[in-house]
Amino acid sequence: MIRVLLAFLAALIALPLSAQDTMPPAPYAYNQLDDPALEAKATALMHTLRCLKCQSQSIADSDAPMAGDMRHQVRSRILAGESPAQIRAWLVARYGDYVSYTPTVSASTWPLFAIPALLILIVAAVLLRRLGRRRADAGDAS
Amino acid sequence: MIAEIGLAALWLAAALAVLQMVSGALALRSAEGEANPLAIYARPAAVMQALLAGLAFAMLVWAFAVTDLSVKLVAANSHSMKPMIYKLTGTWGNHEGSMLLWVGVLALSGGLIALFERRLPERTMGATLAVQGFVALGFYAFLLLSSNPFERLPVPAIEGSGLNPLLQDIGLAFHPPTLYAGYVGLSVAFSLAMGALLTREVNPTFARVMRPWVLGAWVLLTFGITAGSYWAYYELGWGGWWFWDPVENASLMPWLAATALLHSVAVLAARDALRTWTIMLGVLAFSMSMLGTFLVRSGVLTSVHAFAVDPERGAFILVLLGLYIGGAFTIFALRAGAVAEGKRFSFSSREGALVFNNVMLSAILAIVLLGTLYPLVTEAFDVRVSVGPPYFNPASAMFAIPMFLVMAVGPLLRWKEDSPRRIRFEVLLLAVILIGVIGLVSFFGQFALLPLLGLGLAAALGVAAFLPLRGRKLTRVPVATWGMVLAHFGIAVSLFGMASEGAFTQERLAAVAPGGSDQVGDYTFTLQSVNPVAGPNWTAIEARIAVSRDGGTPVILTPQARNFWSPAQSTSESALLTRWDGQLYAVIGNQAADGRWQIRMWWKPFVTFIWYGGLLIALGGVLSIIGRVRVDMKRRKAVSLGDERRADLEALGTAPVPAE
Repeated sequence: MIRVLLAFLAALIALPLSAQDTMPPAPYAYNQLDDPALEAKATALMHTLRCLKCQSQSIADSDAPMAGDMRHQVRSRILAGESPAQIRAWLVARYGDYVSYTPTVSASTWPLFAIPALLILIVAAVLLRRLGRRRADAGDAS
Repeated sequence: MIAEIGLAALWLAAALAVLQMVSGALALRSAEGEANPLAIYARPAAVMQALLAGLAFAMLVWAFAVTDLSVKLVAANSHSMKPMIYKLTGTWGNHEGSMLLWVGVLALSGGLIALFERRLPERTMGATLAVQGFVALGFYAFLLLSSNPFERLPVPAIEGSGLNPLLQDIGLAFHPPTLYAGYVGLSVAFSLAMGALLTREVNPTFARVMRPWVLGAWVLLTFGITAGSYWAYYELGWGGWWFWDPVENASLMPWLAATALLHSVAVLAARDALRTWTIMLGVLAFSMSMLGTFLVRSGVLTSVHAFAVDPERGAFILVLLGLYIGGAFTIFALRAGAVAEGKRFSFSSREGALVFNNVMLSAILAIVLLGTLYPLVTEAFDVRVSVGPPYFNPASAMFAIPMFLVMAVGPLLRWKEDSPRRIRFEVLLLAVILIGVIGLVSFFGQFALLPLLGLGLAAALGVAAFLPLRGRKLTRVPVATWGMVLAHFGIAVSLFGMASEGAFTQERLAAVAPGGSDQVGDYTFTLQSVNPVAGPNWTAIEARIAVSRDGGTPVILTPQARNFWSPAQSTSESALLTRWDGQLYAVIGNQAADGRWQIRMWWKPFVTFIWYGGLLIALGGVLSIIGRVRVDMKRRKAVSLGDERRADLEALGTAPVPAE
């Protein structure tokens, strides 16, 4: 239900758009690139870009017209020889950090990286405390 | 009348929750071994409350079944033309109905434990029921004060607005009820943990009482998540099965906590160790359930700002959340010092491995929690960030990989203390399999690191799952051990499915004219025709696609693009061809201006193993419950038999002795 409910909300948002959307989808919205290597590159990138009109879906998982347009952009730019990083940067410049599912370290996202690092330390400390000392105790006892 | 009966039942149930809370709390004030005269009401109150909440839920189902359009909820979410099954399942396909289901399951679990649990000391039982009543009361208040499912319309609607078409699927019959039963089943673990903590009765008896509840809730959660994942996979039309979406994470977090809890409870039951851990995980697991409910039910996920504009419901749950979680952890902090940690053990022992994995599970839980809540936090400050698979996958793998490695050898270790040298053959064997598979797969192609590791780990774990059976007589292995073997094997199967889907999926998007063909993987597909079809509340275009593998006999797939008219919405119904080694996934899209049709095809090798694995895990849990309960029954029978014999002997002893 979970995902489906969300998709429902997304569809609600997309509905008025699709009603007005009489334009045919862009050529690369639903067509693959001929070169499998380039297509694989494009697909990998598309799975990490957010569909802005949807709720929690990547542009590779959405029927929203805007996701189709963005897929077209990604595929045609890959074909033109741009690197995935360049395309991501272009999209981020246009739509903000929100469009990218890959957070990068910045003033607003550093805790996403600092906390896991801290977590590793905590985990190590907990394990040492709980298991390490026991071993020392056992050593003392023997 | 129906709706009023339901509402009255709900109010009465809420009143009984107060009685249960007060009466249960009074049990705490009675002296050891003595029963407080007012404490006897807790059990009957809990049982009666379960019946009343069940009645309220049945009344709502009835209102949906007959499409009573004078009830606001029915008018807003149902439609007289809907097939009966979706009328019934539509009861919980909305906010109020699903909260009523939630509360109903909460009352039911409280009633069951009140009815059947006789092993705990009365004081602990009283405290447990008091906590259960306290939790239930909060959610009754939430339902009655802010989300009344039985509200009437001043003027009955002429026709209902219908149910979201995506929910008009058999998935709605299984996924929410099992998931909710799992979520809320954890409330018993929570109440028991608080009861034991308040009365300082954290011991193996308590763990044996708690275990079937934890296992049961965990089985239901596992099944619910598996069903939900498969539902999203076939319903959304793009072949994805897990999206790290906040709502999915909301169900994953209680599962992670419950997994850690059930292992910790096993240690407490078998070895009387890890007492505070078990209590903490018990509190954590249900806290995650409540947090999940808050995330899903408050509207905070749609937009933090929408939540801020209309905060009534969200704020209500948030207050409940603060009250229960805050309260529980406060009591935990105050009392944990008084509970001794229990028996000691060394690092290389089964307990050691279980502790290691519990810590890893908790760390994964922390990562998921962080990734889910962080975007909400920044959004409140008008900074929007997205956290998706590129973050969750590596961050959780960081802890999951060591966990899987320890999981492979943990069950081979002995309790308390063991020498790693004793199992060096097994370790060596698993290392060879792991490295061998990774080497072999990367020899044949270029794959991403995580799927590659996943394939290697799956192979090693698949073998490791059965190693605990080595050298044992299979007919004499306890049922619970089979449960463990099966569940661990299920993890390997599921992991294999995920890695294989990630590494080997082939995709083909093509515009095909009727009569035209294309190719995906080993399959050739031909679009034979596209025809209009109609259902009870939808019309659709249906493609007939003939697919054949390596030129074999063709099979017809019929994906549809459906248009529902109430509410007006379109969905794509994918068509699946299931083979033992994977699934072919077909979707029909729009027609292009030149008359060709958009066809999307995927060949997903072994993708079904993801859900087979999930089912195996759940089945392992069921076996474990059966095994544990059987052993417990036997033990109880033996104890009562012994008591009888002793009583007989005593009776004999006092019998008149014949003179001389």
